[in-house]
Amino acid sequence: MTSPYPFASILGVLIVALSLSALLIWVERRLLALWQDRYGPNRVGPFGLLQVVADMIKIFTKEDWIPPFADKTVFIIAPAIIMVTVLLSFAVLPIAPGIIVVDLNIALLFFLGMSSLGVYSIVLAGWASGNKYSLLGGLRAAAQMISYEVFMGISLMGVVLLAGSFSLTAIVEAQRNRWFVLPQFLGFVLFLIAGMAEARRLPFDLPEAEAELVAGFHSEYSGMKFGMFFVGEYLGITLISSMTTVLFFGGWMGPWLPPLVWFLLKVFAFICFFILLRASLPRLRFDQLMSLGWKVMLPLALVNLVVTGAVVAAFK
Amino acid sequence: MLSLLRTIWSVFLHTFRRRVTIQYPEEKPYLAPRTRGRIILSRDPDGGERCVACHLCAVACPVDCISLQATEDENGRRYPEFFRINFSRCILCGYCEEACPTYAIQLTPDFEMSEYKRQNLVYEKEDLLIDGPGKYPGYNFWRVSGVKIGGKEKGEAENDAQPVDLRRLLP
Repeated sequence: MTSPYPFASILGVLIVALSLSALLIWVERRLLALWQDRYGPNRVGPFGLLQVVADMIKIFTKEDWIPPFADKTVFIIAPAIIMVTVLLSFAVLPIAPGIIVVDLNIALLFFLGMSSLGVYSIVLAGWASGNKYSLLGGLRAAAQMISYEVFMGISLMGVVLLAGSFSLTAIVEAQRNRWFVLPQFLGFVLFLIAGMAEARRLPFDLPEAEAELVAGFHSEYSGMKFGMFFVGEYLGITLISSMTTVLFFGGWMGPWLPPLVWFLLKVFAFICFFILLRASLPRLRFDQLMSLGWKVMLPLALVNLVVTGAVVAAFK
Repeated sequence: MLSLLRTIWSVFLHTFRRRVTIQYPEEKPYLAPRTRGRIILSRDPDGGERCVACHLCAVACPVDCISLQATEDENGRRYPEFFRINFSRCILCGYCEEACPTYAIQLTPDFEMSEYKRQNLVYEKEDLLIDGPGKYPGYNFWRVSGVKIGGKEKGEAENDAQPVDLRRLLP
């Protein structure tokens, strides 16, 4: 089942996703300021909302500099990859009944595949920059995202077992009576942590760790290429929040309000939570990050999968 | 793990705190009277210039932003012919105020001195001189110093003894 108006859906999702992620820059700055007892940007336009526009104009008119020591082709392709992969994931996202670009029956696998492909963007950017800090950032990104990918997938299998489908619409429909966050609380926590690592957000922003790696993989990027990494990161946050909503919090399900409003409200709550984490948590050390992934999260995800499987099999 | 959750919660509670930012152009911050801001030249209570053009401020100034020229009036009172402070150089350190023997040069809590042209930051004596005594009301250098000027002989200053006649001290 696809949307009756495919192009309208594609354009709608594209425009809304891009403008929302641009707006997130403002939201994040205001919220961080709020939690640090400041105001944040509040001068340009009402509540400082036009700050985003000003930043956009600025970033579009910046010099687009490619360093002479960089691998030019890869350097240009890398920021495009992250945008493409994240935006492709939005294609399978069921926003409300009928508002979905394409309703794949393997949508969840598609999402996991696309978020894995996103690693290439970071790795290639770090590699092509020809700069040791960028390379270290890319290296870290590769190790981090691959190891967190593993238990991210496994933590979602509990949801798949309960819903009996890989299709995201079917998963949302299966939560009509009870959100999956209740039976799958462990899976939800694991997915949230893996999602943070996938979106390279603090406390897992080691690929760009400003304190040690300048700006990590995007040290050498400027102008709109940097902007694409930036927007890609915010798109990633939106995507992870949306996926959490869809998989564990019943997607568009909710009383009284229209489905679209419910979906957006839930997504926004998760985005705020991500920003709150950034405001409060320190960055992990890299070896701690890896041992957390492999020694704690992966076993927990496996236990979660086995127990869920056993329970589902027992009650069938 | 629990400490992480507690951290997140305590940061979240900051949502309800009062913000510390002062929205500057609309809302002015309180500046203490001794804030080191724009420099002025004060007058004594009688309305005369306090500055005696001793050059100590210009000497004390670490960035050499003060320049002046001394001269005397018909009463023998020294005063600056011109007094120029280049505020584009001034670092508002307040050394000139500390060096001044007559409380003439003083720093005020005003710091809003932006200009579009650099040259406009060079303040002349008529820009610097104010009508009042500034932070030290009632102080008049010429009334307490032993220096002789027109209208005041030696020994006529406050708490001043008559000069000793040297010839009377001879053995």
